[in-house]
Amino acid sequence: MFNAYLENTLVYDTKLCNGCAMCVAVCPQAVFEMNGHLAKLVRPQACMECGACQVNCVTNAITVESGVGCASAMIRAALTGRKEVTCDCT
Amino acid sequence: MIDIRSITSGPKILQTTDRLMPSDHWDHFMARLGVKRNAHRVEPGLYALGNPGPDSPVFVTSNYTLSFDALRSALEGVDGYFLVLDTKGINVWCAAGKGTFGTDEIVLRVMITHLDKVVRHRKLILPQLGAPGVAAHEVKKRTGFWVEYGPVRATDLPGYLQTHMASADMRRVHFTLRDRLVLIPVDVLRLLLPMLAVAVILYFAGGFILSLAVISTVLAGTALFPILLPWLPTHNFSTKGFILGGLVALPFALSVFLQHPGWVWWWQAGQALGYLLAMPAVIAYIALNFTGSSTFTSRSGVKREMFAYIPAMAWTFGIGIILTGILAFVR
Repeated sequence: MFNAYLENTLVYDTKLCNGCAMCVAVCPQAVFEMNGHLAKLVRPQACMECGACQVNCVTNAITVESGVGCASAMIRAALTGRKEVTCDCT
Repeated sequence: MIDIRSITSGPKILQTTDRLMPSDHWDHFMARLGVKRNAHRVEPGLYALGNPGPDSPVFVTSNYTLSFDALRSALEGVDGYFLVLDTKGINVWCAAGKGTFGTDEIVLRVMITHLDKVVRHRKLILPQLGAPGVAAHEVKKRTGFWVEYGPVRATDLPGYLQTHMASADMRRVHFTLRDRLVLIPVDVLRLLLPMLAVAVILYFAGGFILSLAVISTVLAGTALFPILLPWLPTHNFSTKGFILGGLVALPFALSVFLQHPGWVWWWQAGQALGYLLAMPAVIAYIALNFTGSSTFTSRSGVKREMFAYIPAMAWTFGIGIILTGILAFVR
């Protein structure tokens, strides 16, 4: 059965990790865990691409194409021809 | 460049309490209905909760009343400061996604409120869901304040404050039945008028059952779907919606045979097929739009879902409507 959420844009380079554990703290989906002094990807498929880990990673070990996972925002952007996709949620 | 401190007078500290008044509950009620959705704001700035001193903790939050009130009501009996950012009345997580709950706004707000003169320590406690907009190391560099990410939910703060360590559960975002239930009124109300308009038109054009099908479709998509979300099979919201839609359409399809038992079989089958094609398509579309309200869908995943299923929704809906329309004329 086709599952659209098996893949995502999260890329993590362990070699750049300085062990600050910030990614573990900010991830709301428990994608990272500390493994000794380094962060480890434990649930990569659960990533929702919020971008919190990337923004808070000092060594740029994490990259992710972050954005709102919201169909209505993307449909609206497509219909109005705007590049910027933002939700109007409160 | 103007130093922001030179144009603002000394620290202005507003007072707040951990008590929610009936007027606050009324405001929350209206916010949950989506009434004046951008008007549920508190003034950005520095607030005192209880009787804080120079060593009291500083909590950062957004200026959406639901966020601000969740924070203060969770901190019963605590003395502390709130640094309320101007997120234009948007909640912490959504504002962080847009960047209005962000590094620049924190830096600005720390300067405007002269926070460095109000407290002796150099620590800001942020809600974890503010993290997508905030680079903790940037805030440290530009203000001298350390950012500490607290738990996802304000209700976990009392436990968190004992050790300043968040448990794994405090770090996880949930999407409980209650979380999903409170989202229903906004979506139902938004579709209420168009739904009633179409239902009235179809009542006169095709009868009671047709207009009931419209109402059932909208209510299934906006209310039943969020409730049943975790129990509907498959991962994609669209397929979950198609499945729920099929179940909702089934009684309508069967009603055709009961309502007109003597009519020719191809008319009956065609009319039943009309329900089975059009209703699931609309419910699947509303379900797909619920991805934005959920707490776990990724942008790339939603995009894949849209490309995979929106054409199918459009085709089945179109064929279902045309079929129903043609059969209405040939009866």
